[in-house]
Amino acid sequence: MSWKRIWTMFKARNYEFFRDTAAFGWNFLFPFLIIAGFAIAFGGRDFSALKVGVFPSVAEKVDFSRSNLPEKFLKTEHLEFIGFSDLESGLAKLRHHQIDFLVRQDSPTPQYWQLASSPKGYLAERLFESSFVPDDHGFGIKETVAGVETRYIDWLFPGILGMNMMFSALWGVGYVIVRYRKNGALKRLKVTPLTAFEYLTAQALSRIFLLTFTLIVVFFGADLLFSFRMAGSHLDLLIVFVLGGLSLTSIGLLVASRGTSEDFTSGALNFISWPMMFLSEVWFSLEGAPQWVKSFAELLPLTHLLRAARKIMNDGATLTQVSSECLVLIGVTLFCLVVGAALFSWNE
Amino acid sequence: MATPILEVVDLVKRYRAVEAVAGISFAIPAGTCFGLLGPNGAGKTTALEVIEGIIPATSGEILFKGAPKTASFCDEVGIQFQHTALLDFLTVRDTLLIFRNLYQEVESLEYLVELCNLQEIMGNRNNKISGGQAQRLMLALALLNKPTLLFLDEPSTGLDPQSRRHLWDIVRSIKEQGKTVVLTTHSMDEAEYLCDEIVIMDHGRIIAQGSPPELVRRHCSGTIISLPRERVTIPLADLPLPAREVNGQMEITVERINVGLETLLNLKIDLSEMTVHSPNLEDVFLNLTGRKLRE
Repeated sequence: MSWKRIWTMFKARNYEFFRDTAAFGWNFLFPFLIIAGFAIAFGGRDFSALKVGVFPSVAEKVDFSRSNLPEKFLKTEHLEFIGFSDLESGLAKLRHHQIDFLVRQDSPTPQYWQLASSPKGYLAERLFESSFVPDDHGFGIKETVAGVETRYIDWLFPGILGMNMMFSALWGVGYVIVRYRKNGALKRLKVTPLTAFEYLTAQALSRIFLLTFTLIVVFFGADLLFSFRMAGSHLDLLIVFVLGGLSLTSIGLLVASRGTSEDFTSGALNFISWPMMFLSEVWFSLEGAPQWVKSFAELLPLTHLLRAARKIMNDGATLTQVSSECLVLIGVTLFCLVVGAALFSWNE
Repeated sequence: MATPILEVVDLVKRYRAVEAVAGISFAIPAGTCFGLLGPNGAGKTTALEVIEGIIPATSGEILFKGAPKTASFCDEVGIQFQHTALLDFLTVRDTLLIFRNLYQEVESLEYLVELCNLQEIMGNRNNKISGGQAQRLMLALALLNKPTLLFLDEPSTGLDPQSRRHLWDIVRSIKEQGKTVVLTTHSMDEAEYLCDEIVIMDHGRIIAQGSPPELVRRHCSGTIISLPRERVTIPLADLPLPAREVNGQMEITVERINVGLETLLNLKIDLSEMTVHSPNLEDVFLNLTGRKLRE
């Protein structure tokens, strides 16, 4: 193995990445756009709020001055009231799940509408019913948990970083290698002393370097804008992301080890990336999902990467405390690199 | 007798039912230019890629300097492919430097830049250079490691006449340095100008082998008079000279040009659009297969 040749191919790939301004720009812009979009859409809002439509009322700001609704219901926390001029306009929104519950405020007798299949509608109905019953503080012992809360955006941020890393690792390696194989660029390299292992190592290292570079810029850029919670060590987080990047890159190398069809490769990469996007808890937690879904998610490296990253960022875990996730990522990397190198073809 | 630098013994390459290379054998002495001539689809590129090690042979033997190829083969040979690509966002200079770093022993970059006339495009990106410039860059890459054996697969395809002539001059100067050149072509001009020895391939087989003059001597004779078919107003059977129709042209072979012309004039054939040429490799191929090289 020649480190000089690995270094040469490492530099060549990096030149390509930094000079391809469109791809380079997109790698930075994409995570910023996603985070900014979520921050604007959900910034400071309670995600668990139930949306209650109220009519008759002027739109947007609800006028409760002549309302017959119980005071207790109107003062319930985490309820968002949305005004409608009449029943029909409220029902249209209810049918499309844009509100969870619809109530008439000028009726002397309580009158409301809900979708039979909506769990949130059911909860709103229970709240509405209970608001007609006087408070009873005579049961249970309430204890309030104090301290720094984790906002959704804090929970989401590692997911966005991981997702960006996944797409960049899979497509930036897998798709590019197949394109080079198809247009003959790999064939040209085959007739040099460069070995397949040297080439793949250079590709993996280059991608890790680029991913890390992107990660650092995006992390601190997004932190400046949105001030994310970082309870653990930055170095530990970096190590976890490097291990995650290596495992995802090696999957890209394995997919691209043979074949010249960009369409097939694109399909295979989609087949791998979409389950990870939805089942690795990028956007939402799998708590409450069926056990088989949770078990399947454990097979995906992104699940382990995000779990470790969130433990460090949100809970202040150390590297030792996320060692099991790190071991899974290392195992995936070794398996995919060894199998990928064994199957690799320069021109078939 | 000196050991050939490259020897191919009964080489076969089969793709399922298709036999692309059907048992070819030849030996190439060091320091010569050896040509594989044939029409498109004759199996030249496949044969070359099997020899280069790009694709595996179905059967047969390839000996480099008298022994089976080893890992050092790619250090000692230079290859210019017919179809290949380079990394789009690298400049010509980057590309040369990167490939240079893959080898142990390398040629001077200044020499290659001058030889292949790359001075003006060194700062250009690979995706911004013309086809002719790309061919010259590919040739420079093939020469980077000071190869003793150089493979050129249809090196002048797509080049304008001036670039073509320049490429031929480069190949000749390479040969003058004692390097061995193996090239594939479907251009008889190129083969005649550059090659010391030629094998003519058709349907995966070698149908003739020898130096260009030898092949012409062996397979053709006399002089060829070409006329548009419509000028020959008499039936072909009544023509007292060997003749055949090729792509709308009547080709009449005569042993002595004066006698031939006199015969045609006596038959009242209009010779106003007549051309006369000595037999060449195209005629050799035509005689052997009944087809033109470019058909």
